Amino acid sequence: MQSKAATNQADVAQNRQFLTFCLDKEFFGMELHQTREILEYNEVTPVPLMPQFITGVINLRGEVVPIIDLSLRLGRPPIKLHKRTCIVVIEIYIDDQYHVLGLLADSVSEVIEVTAEDIEDAPAFGAKIKAEFILGITKKNHHFIILLDAEKALSPRELAYLIESEFDK
Amino acid sequence: MEFSGALDTFYAESDELLESMEEDLLNLEDVDDKLESLNAIFRAAHTIKGSSGIFGLNHIVEFTHVVESVLDRARESKIQVDSVLISVLLKCRDHIASLVHISESEYRSDKKLTQISGELIASLTPWTTHSSKNSSSEPDKQQTGISINDSAGTTTDKEQIQSGLWHISIRLNKNCLKDGMDPVSFIRYLGTIGSINFIETITSNLPEYQQYEAENLYFAYELSLKAETDLQTLEDAFMFVQEESDITIIPPNSNAADYVKLIQSLPEEDSRLGEILVACGSISKKTLSKALIRQIEQGMENKNESRIGEVLLEQKSVSEEIVEAALQKQKESEKNKKQKEISFVRVESDRLDYLINLIGELVINNQRVDIISERINDNFLNEAIESLGRFTEKIRDAALDLRMVPIGGTFQRFKRVVRDTAQELGKEINLVIEGAETELDRLMVEKLVDPLTHIVRNAIDHGIEPIEERKKANKENVGTLKLSAYHQAGHIVIEISDDGKGLDQNKLMGKAIERGIIEEGQQLSRQEIFQLIFHPGFSTAENVTNLSGRGVGMDVVKRNVESLQGSVEISSELSIGTTLRIRLPLTLAIIDGFHVESRGTHFIIPQATIIECMDFTMHKTDTNRQCINLRGEMIPYIRLSQVFCLSESNCRTIEQTDKKHRDKLVVVQFGEHVASIVVDELHGEIQTVVKPMGQIFQNLKGIGGSTLLGNGEIAFIIDVPQLIDLAVGLESTHPDLDRLSENE
Repeated sequence: MQSKAATNQADVAQNRQFLTFCLDKEFFGMELHQTREILEYNEVTPVPLMPQFITGVINLRGEVVPIIDLSLRLGRPPIKLHKRTCIVVIEIYIDDQYHVLGLLADSVSEVIEVTAEDIEDAPAFGAKIKAEFILGITKKNHHFIILLDAEKALSPRELAYLIESEFDK
Repeated sequence: MEFSGALDTFYAESDELLESMEEDLLNLEDVDDKLESLNAIFRAAHTIKGSSGIFGLNHIVEFTHVVESVLDRARESKIQVDSVLISVLLKCRDHIASLVHISESEYRSDKKLTQISGELIASLTPWTTHSSKNSSSEPDKQQTGISINDSAGTTTDKEQIQSGLWHISIRLNKNCLKDGMDPVSFIRYLGTIGSINFIETITSNLPEYQQYEAENLYFAYELSLKAETDLQTLEDAFMFVQEESDITIIPPNSNAADYVKLIQSLPEEDSRLGEILVACGSISKKTLSKALIRQIEQGMENKNESRIGEVLLEQKSVSEEIVEAALQKQKESEKNKKQKEISFVRVESDRLDYLINLIGELVINNQRVDIISERINDNFLNEAIESLGRFTEKIRDAALDLRMVPIGGTFQRFKRVVRDTAQELGKEINLVIEGAETELDRLMVEKLVDPLTHIVRNAIDHGIEPIEERKKANKENVGTLKLSAYHQAGHIVIEISDDGKGLDQNKLMGKAIERGIIEEGQQLSRQEIFQLIFHPGFSTAENVTNLSGRGVGMDVVKRNVESLQGSVEISSELSIGTTLRIRLPLTLAIIDGFHVESRGTHFIIPQATIIECMDFTMHKTDTNRQCINLRGEMIPYIRLSQVFCLSESNCRTIEQTDKKHRDKLVVVQFGEHVASIVVDELHGEIQTVVKPMGQIFQNLKGIGGSTLLGNGEIAFIIDVPQLIDLAVGLESTHPDLDRLSENE
């Protein structure tokens, strides 16, 4: 049974490029056109009263960019900082405007190109990640790569809502 | 594509014209000299009609034409301008406004709009009918005769001239050709300014062939030019031949007398010239030309009869001077007009915002250079950087000034709201405006219009009583609504006050209990009771009118104001009146701040809110109440580290702070409240460029934004009122938090 997601995507584009990165030995992919740059981890200013998954903000050439612990956002333990920790800066276009966010990652590996057929539906359970955050799953060099739906997983509206509920506590 | 760009300009221009038209219409009721306002209104309508014509928006042309002709008659004092006419004209203005933004086909298919057009045109008929028919019923006869002379002919000829036809009479010097000037080139050039409507070559000067010299110019020209231009431009066209030639330019608005003068001043035979003139002016409508010729003939006859000697005597020498003087005058008024135009430049707001962003970057970089120069410590460098800093500051202020607009324009709009609302409710209301010159950020102004409209309507609907009730309460029949604005401690305060019945606390409480907003027996302060009106779904109006009373609006008002970092306060006295006080920051882009530090996190406290700074330990604290005694006054304090749950682990210079750790105190004021904030370190004044923190942080409390420090670090801008709210909330949930931490 060919997945519904895959057929839909086939209409849009044949090949899609994903930037893959590593989070606690697991591989994730983010659509390449949504990624802007990769930075070395350097001094994140914590924002008072924020839920834990918001690590803080950085000054990216004059722009204040929020940094998110993707691991926590996906419902896993917080990322452990080390020498090679990096920040993947992504740009998502929602509600007629660009939102720039930084994601903490253990390492960035490569850009992969996948055809629509290579993308399989996420399993309904077992990934320990909300299914709606996942675009699909693909395989490369004998390991799985979870392709994330940035617009869902990092929707500014939802993040704002999560922050608000923090204040209501 | 270009066309659509032009269309955008048309929209913008029309909106502006309609706005000033509304203002002038409203002024009509008050001013004694109506003519000036009427002229302005007429010009606005005329321009809209003209530009709509260019774009082929015939639905606008059709409707506006009717309005325009009424205005024209009013201008000529043929009809009396009373409040009934003003009301109709206001409605017509609104209708034009809605017509402007739709295409013709949309209009034709929209039954409602076409119906309104019909109705409005019908309602204008009492004023459109010619005075000859019902002059007996109209009081126009008693009008003084200044304009009657002017319009003695027909309104149609007026319109003919209005349509932008310039008459130019060219008598070039004989030697013109020898000097290398070709008359045809002038005419061609005129063709680039506008379109030549009609041209006639006058050959009567052509001599007998024996005397004919091929190098002499014998021809003269009379032409009419359809152009949207000014006298100066046309005169400039003849700059090179001006001295020896006889060029007469008659602008479109001139009356027939000018033409008569022209005819008389020219050496050619009068009747022949008259014919040419008629021909020139006749192109578009044949019937009009007949009227014009009659006018001219009449004018000539009149002149000959009344001042025959004079005219004949002056004909050659003096009349030229008169023409000259008249032209001079025209020129001056044109110049004045020009100056006015120049004093405003339309700039796309995006560009302005971009400029301000760039200047923000400049300010930050300037601070960086400052820090570096301090390290280098070179006198010359320091001096240069200091002056650079001064200019940067000036540029910043000037740029921010660009965005500042006086609030008066917004207040003016409420004249209309008040007038309409009052009329609808059968109340009489006098709108008083104070502090119209008070300036604030353009972005804020735009967002203020809606909330203010709600408040004003509410005040008229619920605040000010009906006339009978006012009589009973020994109040004047005419209610007063006051809009005022002023600056206070870095904020702008906008007050909307009425002299109505005031807010009834018991009634408010009762309603709130009934609606389940509060519980029975709950104790509320006065302000809290008044603030109930901002609760969603709260409405005390017994009669729900279509203006207000649906319980939507006031909660939106509060939300809008809060989204601008502002607050609303209410004060009210029963049967005396209610005042709503909106307090807003002046700008949202760049603020003067005070840089403080707490547990290694940098904060900026807006300078405007700060009263003073001092050492915390110097003051006796009241451990039970979290207050300090400041010169006999008890002032509550807030520990920044506590409110924001900052822990020592964030502190990078932990040893340093431990050594000389001494709490510092910043006393702040917001509105009537005074509070103090305890921090670890005071770093001094700093210009901060507010960096929005994005949608994610929109619900962040106590922090209004972020900014970059000179060294690139991020500091958070404290929103003082929110911080106080947050602290109050914290106190009520953990009353002994502060004492606990102090015991540790």
